[in-house]
Amino acid sequence: MRDTTASRILRWVVLTFLTIFTTVPLYVMATSSLKPLGDVQGAFTWLPSHLTYQPFVSMWSTVPLAHYFVNSIIVATVATVVSVFIAILAAYAVSRFHFHGRSTFTTTILSTQMFPGVLFLLPLFLIFVNIDTSLGIKLVGTRIGLIITYLTFSLPFSIWMLVGYFDGIPRDLDDAALVDGASRWKTLWQIVLPAALPGVISVAIYSFMTSWGEVLFASVMTTDENRTLAVGLRQYATQTNVYWNEIMAASLVVSVPVVVGFLLAQRHLVAGMTAGAVK
Amino acid sequence: MSAVPQIAPAPGASTTRRKKRERPRTTGGWLPYLLIAPAVIFELAIHLIPMAVGVWMSFIQLTKFFIRNWSAAPFVGLKNYRVAVDFNGIVGQRLLQSFLVTCAFSALAVLFAWALGMLAAVVLQKEFKGRAFFRTLFLVPYALPAYAGIITWNFMLQRDTGLVNHILVDQLHLTDTRPFWLIGNNAFVSLVVVAIWRLWPFAFLTIMAGLQSIPQDVYEAAEVDGARPLKAWRMITLPMLRPVNTVLIFVLFLWTFCDFNTPFVLFGSAQPPAGDLISFHIYNASFLTWNFGSGAAMSCLLLIFLMIVTGLYLALTNRRSANA
Repeated sequence: MRDTTASRILRWVVLTFLTIFTTVPLYVMATSSLKPLGDVQGAFTWLPSHLTYQPFVSMWSTVPLAHYFVNSIIVATVATVVSVFIAILAAYAVSRFHFHGRSTFTTTILSTQMFPGVLFLLPLFLIFVNIDTSLGIKLVGTRIGLIITYLTFSLPFSIWMLVGYFDGIPRDLDDAALVDGASRWKTLWQIVLPAALPGVISVAIYSFMTSWGEVLFASVMTTDENRTLAVGLRQYATQTNVYWNEIMAASLVVSVPVVVGFLLAQRHLVAGMTAGAVK
Repeated sequence: MSAVPQIAPAPGASTTRRKKRERPRTTGGWLPYLLIAPAVIFELAIHLIPMAVGVWMSFIQLTKFFIRNWSAAPFVGLKNYRVAVDFNGIVGQRLLQSFLVTCAFSALAVLFAWALGMLAAVVLQKEFKGRAFFRTLFLVPYALPAYAGIITWNFMLQRDTGLVNHILVDQLHLTDTRPFWLIGNNAFVSLVVVAIWRLWPFAFLTIMAGLQSIPQDVYEAAEVDGARPLKAWRMITLPMLRPVNTVLIFVLFLWTFCDFNTPFVLFGSAQPPAGDLISFHIYNASFLTWNFGSGAAMSCLLLIFLMIVTGLYLALTNRRSANA
């Protein structure tokens, strides 16, 4: 379509508005993280009275941020690795074999994605508490409890997306490898998986983001011991002073890795996610 | 109506159905079951069994005295449900209010997220310099960890130190007194704005993907016929995007209706009635009073409601595709 003046003006107006709407919070986050404490305790100012990197230094001692960081990294990394591994196995089965219950499996898995966390939060919490009392396995307040919970959150999407990727890889590749005497296992890891690598990486990033940003279960299943960043950042607000400059600095630091990861894998992720919405 | 298969290469959906008819026999023996076993076990353990337990919990008097020994909790039948839907009682009244607030919130957030997403997708439909930049920029709120984005809004909405009051009161002089944004009725407005900020990029992405499946020559033909851009949007874009829009709005509805992060990070323990979304309400009803039986009954009511909406949605879309 030809560019009319009206459509060019519309485009300019819309883009300006959306850019402001999108970036103002990002701007506040970035500039406030460079303000001295006095600046964020008085009326808001657009610019810092003077630039200081102090918030990035003191944020580590106001609350045990490093401890939360370690927890988040361990929980998200392990949950991601296990979840992606399980998803690869399941997706390979769905993509390459016909078996009874196959469609039941995919439908059930996908429908668990639909239900809000609060529905199974209470019973899961109770089950964890009772496993502790009856078997002595501690799941509330430990990383392992969070890991096994989180790894299921990304599982449906991961399986679904990987099935799509595996379906796109010709079966002839498998067959050729099998004829050459490779085992099914070897075929999956050495032939099929390398071809589906973009999909695996996107799924891993999605999985990591899910665990990294999870708030609801973290707020119930964490104690000082295994607290993750998602709830750890709230600790700044419980101090006698609310250190908004440090909160913004910490928010910035915890956001950068996932935003960069997301933007790098953008193309693959977006294809998978929008398709997921349209399913 | 070709948009769906193109942007949703539903894995194996259509091809396998056809193949199944051709050769119904199974392949791989026990191997596929072994491969899906870990996924099945984890889904059972974390989602399906807890949900079944949740249904059972809603029928027992599971208060804090019985948390560690729940088998001792007395069976009370439908009592938890009766209390939850007794709208003359305080519990029922609050639940009803929370439900209504959630409906209003969900409707507004979905509407605006969709509208902004549509606007952005349409103005970025054509190639121009800087298009890729805007595309990436608009994704950032969605990529940001939920709590990091919402906590920034929390700061911006502070009465004395926030940016919002600074603009409204100090710079534009719209009111003399500084309004509260995180307590009282304004909490609702804050909630809606923050939810839109986080959600519209997803609508944008989905609509953008849908637009790519509309062939350019349809627009060119319309232009030859003298259709102006607005008319072209109404006559071509909107109908062609209908399948995408239906699913998108349904997904946005599910997300907003069950939104927990936004009220939780925005209000913390304050829980203003105007911002008391249903997930947040159930969470507080359960963990502040430790009355899990009552919380489980509310969860089941929420589940029933979501299932009714999903059923209606499926009936509607199936009839439409049957008519098409």
